[in-house]
Amino acid sequence: MDNDEKDRLERLAAELRKYIIIMNCYAGSGHPGGALSAADIVTYLFHKEINFSPENYQDANRDRFILSKGHSCMVLYAALAQRGFFSTEEFKKLRRIDGMLQGHPDRLKTPGVEFNSGSLGQGFSFALGVALGGKRAGLNFRVYVMLGDGELNEGQVWEGFMFGTHYQLDNLVAIIDYNKFQSDDLNSNVTALEPLHSKLASFGWHVIGINGHDFREIEYAFDRVRKTKGKPSVIVANTVKGKGISFMENNPKWHGSLAPLGEERVRALQECGCENIGGPGELRSR
Amino acid sequence: MREAFGRALVELGRIRTDFVVLDADVAGGTGTHFFRQEFPDRFIQCGIAEQNMMSVAAGLSTLGLIPIVTCYAVFASLRSIEQARNSIAYPKFNVKIAASHLGLDVGPDGPTHQAIEDLAVFRSIPNFTIVSPADPVELKKALPAVIDLDGPVYLRTGRSPVPTIFDEGLRFELGRGSIIREGRDVTIIAIGVMVHRAIEAAERLHREGISCRVINMSTIKPLDREIIADSASRTGCLVTAEDHTILGGLGGAVAEVLAETVPVRMERVGIRDLFAESGDPQDLARKYHLLPDDIVLAVRKVLRGKQ
Repeated sequence: MDNDEKDRLERLAAELRKYIIIMNCYAGSGHPGGALSAADIVTYLFHKEINFSPENYQDANRDRFILSKGHSCMVLYAALAQRGFFSTEEFKKLRRIDGMLQGHPDRLKTPGVEFNSGSLGQGFSFALGVALGGKRAGLNFRVYVMLGDGELNEGQVWEGFMFGTHYQLDNLVAIIDYNKFQSDDLNSNVTALEPLHSKLASFGWHVIGINGHDFREIEYAFDRVRKTKGKPSVIVANTVKGKGISFMENNPKWHGSLAPLGEERVRALQECGCENIGGPGELRSR
Repeated sequence: MREAFGRALVELGRIRTDFVVLDADVAGGTGTHFFRQEFPDRFIQCGIAEQNMMSVAAGLSTLGLIPIVTCYAVFASLRSIEQARNSIAYPKFNVKIAASHLGLDVGPDGPTHQAIEDLAVFRSIPNFTIVSPADPVELKKALPAVIDLDGPVYLRTGRSPVPTIFDEGLRFELGRGSIIREGRDVTIIAIGVMVHRAIEAAERLHREGISCRVINMSTIKPLDREIIADSASRTGCLVTAEDHTILGGLGGAVAEVLAETVPVRMERVGIRDLFAESGDPQDLARKYHLLPDDIVLAVRKVLRGKQ
């Protein structure tokens, strides 16, 4: 990746983070921490990796992106708006009645959303089913599914890891947004995941660990997994929860379900490069 | 019933290629081993992992295949119900859940394996159509209709052998209760294994001079409200019979309709809010009051209260 490309992706990721904060402020709630940690990987996927656009999103041959950690949907909505699936005006109605953007993704309401994820573990299994179906139909699309690290607490996920190996789903790549925090606290204080790498490898998956905020490492990971045959791959992306907003970084408080208010709102908007999102009347207070 | 289900799947598999069968390591128990043998490429073994299986089925359905998820009813309706709700019903995917081992028919395996709440559970989830055929013929006729319906379906297949009630000329219609026997004094609405018991009870009562209308309510959702209201106004009282807890299943569903349309007295025959025990299915049916005798008693009781 040359420097120009890296700059372009970084600009797009910055815009994605701005969108996340804007819609978070409009909604007055949401899960900003895990949306921000995933922003660089999602940017890479939507602008470089996957064959998915408003023109082809209903074609059988499109690549699929499934956000299994559905609570982080603001990053998905931001990416879909960025790619032109719908207007950024929709952000104003996030999590509100009669809005297109639900508190967790809904495929029947939002164009570009593949699955009604949010109940943890289910998006991953769904993705495995899509990958198996694709293979059986002789289609060449690839399935990208993003899980949260806390999501790995769910037993269904490990049923899925066994299933993926059994059916040799090399058309699927799982990405674990390893930001080390879950709803209550650090993973290590809730349910220890380590040694994660060897755990995943022992299930028969091709495992690759990267810095999930470094576009060159992200590119390297996706290039490698595309060449892996006969088994599914999992990218363990080391990330920072709340990445990009200083007071949200590595602070479990910003898992959700909340939005910055008052001083914090002003700071968050400044830090993401947005001075004003309209009159105060447009912002819902808690 | 499980053999009938397995054979019906094979027969259907020969004439249409649009469905696949998913199994959770119970192909021998559910009857899908016949299908596995004939169509190994259309049989997807998911292992003992029902939660993953439900969500995998949802994913498969997006490729235009119709997944038929098979497992024991207790696991379909309780262990993986949240997956059935959020992965299948909420996004409205075209997945069929076909569950065997209903009610006390499981017998010796005991309460862990007896599905006595499945109707109550599935009935409360939006978008599910629920079908519970009464005999092998109806099951065979219902299967194509279930597969043709575009949306989530819960189909109860059963385990134990049941007497054949219908002949091959049966026309199955989703969403409609069917009158098996006309009568004027009381209506018995039954499902599944309780239908043939209701018929037997009606015959016994007929000999005593009591005329029973018997209805097979093989679709529990959407429920045929018209036939319930019409029966209530014709016969003035009603008995329901189900191989299920009396809370939230057929009895509950019928009571809701009666209260909203033609309120008449009713009695519910079913499992009375308890966990049963291991035993021979017939002995269990006797101990927990699911036999024709029990329907007869319920009819007499409801007639005493009829105004």
